[in-house]
Amino acid sequence: MKDAAVPEALSGESFELEASEGWLSWVSSVDHKQLGIMYLLGAFVFFLVAGVLALLMRIQLAVPNNNFLSPQVYNQFFTMHGTTMIFLVVVPLLVGFATYMVPLMIGARDMAFPRLNALSFWVQIFGGIMLYFSFATSGINGGAPEVGWFAYAPLSETAYSYGPGVNYWILGLLGIGVGTLTAGINLMATIISMRAPGMSIRRLPLFVWMTLITGFLIVVVMPILNAGLVMLLADRLLNAHFFRADTGGSAVLWQHVFWAFGHPEVYIMVLPAFGIISEVIPVFSGKPIYGYDFVAASTLAIAFLSLTVWAHHMFAVGLGHPFDLFFAICSMAISVPTGIKIFNWTATMYQGRVRFTTAMLFAVAFLLMFTIGGLSGIAFAVVPIDWQLTDSYFVVAHFHYVLFGGTALALFAGVYYWFPKITGRMLDERWGKVNFWLTFIGFNLTFMIQHVLGMLGMPRRVFTYPALPGWEAMNMISTIGAFVLAFAVLTLMINIAISLRSGKIAGDNPWDAWTLEWATTSPPPPENFTRVPPIRGRRPLWDLAHPDRTDEMITKLAG
Amino acid sequence: MIEKTMPDKTKVGVGLFLFSEAWFFLILLITYAFFRSRPADGPSAANSLNVMHTLVFSICLFLSSATIHLAARSFRMGDRSGVSRWLALTVALGAIFLFGQTREYLGLFAHSVTISTNLFGSTFFTLTGFHGLHVLMGLVALGALLGIAISGRLGAIKPSGFESVAMYWHFVDAVWVVIFTVVYLWPLIA
Repeated sequence: MKDAAVPEALSGESFELEASEGWLSWVSSVDHKQLGIMYLLGAFVFFLVAGVLALLMRIQLAVPNNNFLSPQVYNQFFTMHGTTMIFLVVVPLLVGFATYMVPLMIGARDMAFPRLNALSFWVQIFGGIMLYFSFATSGINGGAPEVGWFAYAPLSETAYSYGPGVNYWILGLLGIGVGTLTAGINLMATIISMRAPGMSIRRLPLFVWMTLITGFLIVVVMPILNAGLVMLLADRLLNAHFFRADTGGSAVLWQHVFWAFGHPEVYIMVLPAFGIISEVIPVFSGKPIYGYDFVAASTLAIAFLSLTVWAHHMFAVGLGHPFDLFFAICSMAISVPTGIKIFNWTATMYQGRVRFTTAMLFAVAFLLMFTIGGLSGIAFAVVPIDWQLTDSYFVVAHFHYVLFGGTALALFAGVYYWFPKITGRMLDERWGKVNFWLTFIGFNLTFMIQHVLGMLGMPRRVFTYPALPGWEAMNMISTIGAFVLAFAVLTLMINIAISLRSGKIAGDNPWDAWTLEWATTSPPPPENFTRVPPIRGRRPLWDLAHPDRTDEMITKLAG
Repeated sequence: MIEKTMPDKTKVGVGLFLFSEAWFFLILLITYAFFRSRPADGPSAANSLNVMHTLVFSICLFLSSATIHLAARSFRMGDRSGVSRWLALTVALGAIFLFGQTREYLGLFAHSVTISTNLFGSTFFTLTGFHGLHVLMGLVALGALLGIAISGRLGAIKPSGFESVAMYWHFVDAVWVVIFTVVYLWPLIA
């Protein structure tokens, strides 16, 4: 290849670009950029819904012995909050960014299977609507599911959840699961088969690497969840016996199946966030990532180890000492490749020319907050600590530090980083700073104190609590923090609304970034690239801008 | 610089799909084996299933793996009548298998063995039922290919498309090898 490479789809495939107009062009779209935007918007709507549920729960918990929400409604809210945030917010946001960015970053025209891409999105959305339909049954019997996001048997069996809520939960998750699974297959096939010439597997941007491995985890574990769900559905609708201990079934089997899916799912939710961080930190540090190979390889290690740690969610079951020991050791081992990454990102910033844009602020905050969540996670791998703290607010604090302090902050970083590419306009940096600090303060106010509440013995998933010394003040602080966080989200929405109208025009590459998505216009044309720049290293746009000191030359000089 | 050609995206996609399907069946198989290790009263694989009867129909499914292979070979060599002939035979063998499974189910129902009878019923019907559904889906895909072949429009089918259907059919067959071993042959050894 001399200089310009033509994406495969342009040369070979018979691909028709239809110039349809208006909202119908979105509904019928198979374009990865439109579908990516729809993923992000759909997930944001569900984020607002689940956020409101969280606020209502925090109002209920603001003072002791409160009756703002009934126990039944409170149970429905925490079930729907967890299920929504995981399946309809975090995963679709990450899949949405990947759907938009991966083809651009590898110099492709579109995803490997554009129509499957549309199917994945719509099945996922309708699965979400199916899930929320359960609220409509509250007048008849029960309403939304009241079983927590992991729906432990036998609580989720008809004997204890006789209304249709859990059925909606199962069917909704099956729909969402099919959507996620097909999206994972599609992303993997895209990365394996659609790369532009020169984009070898070791030159992939790290966000693409993380997406590839996330795709692998999705392909392995979504069918595990689906198998569990169809068995639970058979129990509920066909009177089968899988998880019903009264007729010989095993409730613990459900826990095994669910967590064999559930723990890798945690990594599905965090690996693409690692990918965003691995793009943002190098660009705003003015240095290539420190130890590219280690970041990529440690991710592979995380993916395989994540399949061997599930029973650390089940230490309280009493599986026996050898079992507990095995899963405790694996759970501690998985923190090693994660720690390697923290080191890589920190070392990337070291001696760099760091630009503290809003995206970078979120990325640095991610490093700090995710480390806290990681450390409390390692504490849980110690079996006696788990026995003491399980089902307390310490658990709630831990996974919010991982999923909000980790993934959500990375997603905010991604929004500020890629908004210019997607819309053609910059997000306002002053509003961005307000957004960042409100988020950072609100998040820590809400969840830091919950570590203490958990250690004092406050159980999670109970709708109220007695007026024990200190509990009232700490819960009030947490509730105030939740509202600060809500204002932070409001500032993001204001920022987006203002910037869409009058934001600074971005241009192709406003951040001086190096990956291929910045080589095309903002927003990119339907065919993505008129010509893909030559790819001779990991930073094609750097090589293009600095022909006198390309990465290739530097590597040669270094020997 | 000479570029290596990328792997075919259709085959990669279908391969990943089948890989995920394998995990789905693995969980159902583990569940079957887990509950088999805690025997209960009532119907079981040993006292309710007719191995010889199922073996005959299983052989039809195993043979259909060979016929789809021959159909794919004919397709590659451009032998259009060969494609139609082998595809028709594959569809027939698959249909015979489904007919046999239906008869087996009806026989079990007649003896009041259903999905709600006990854990053998729950695990057996879930495992073999999902496999049967996969055979049915395969027959739909094979039937579509056969229709295209008979109407003489095979030229519109990409080689990777044809091979994907063949891959799927081999997979369904391979899953049955495992299920047949675990569900039907295991009681004979024990």
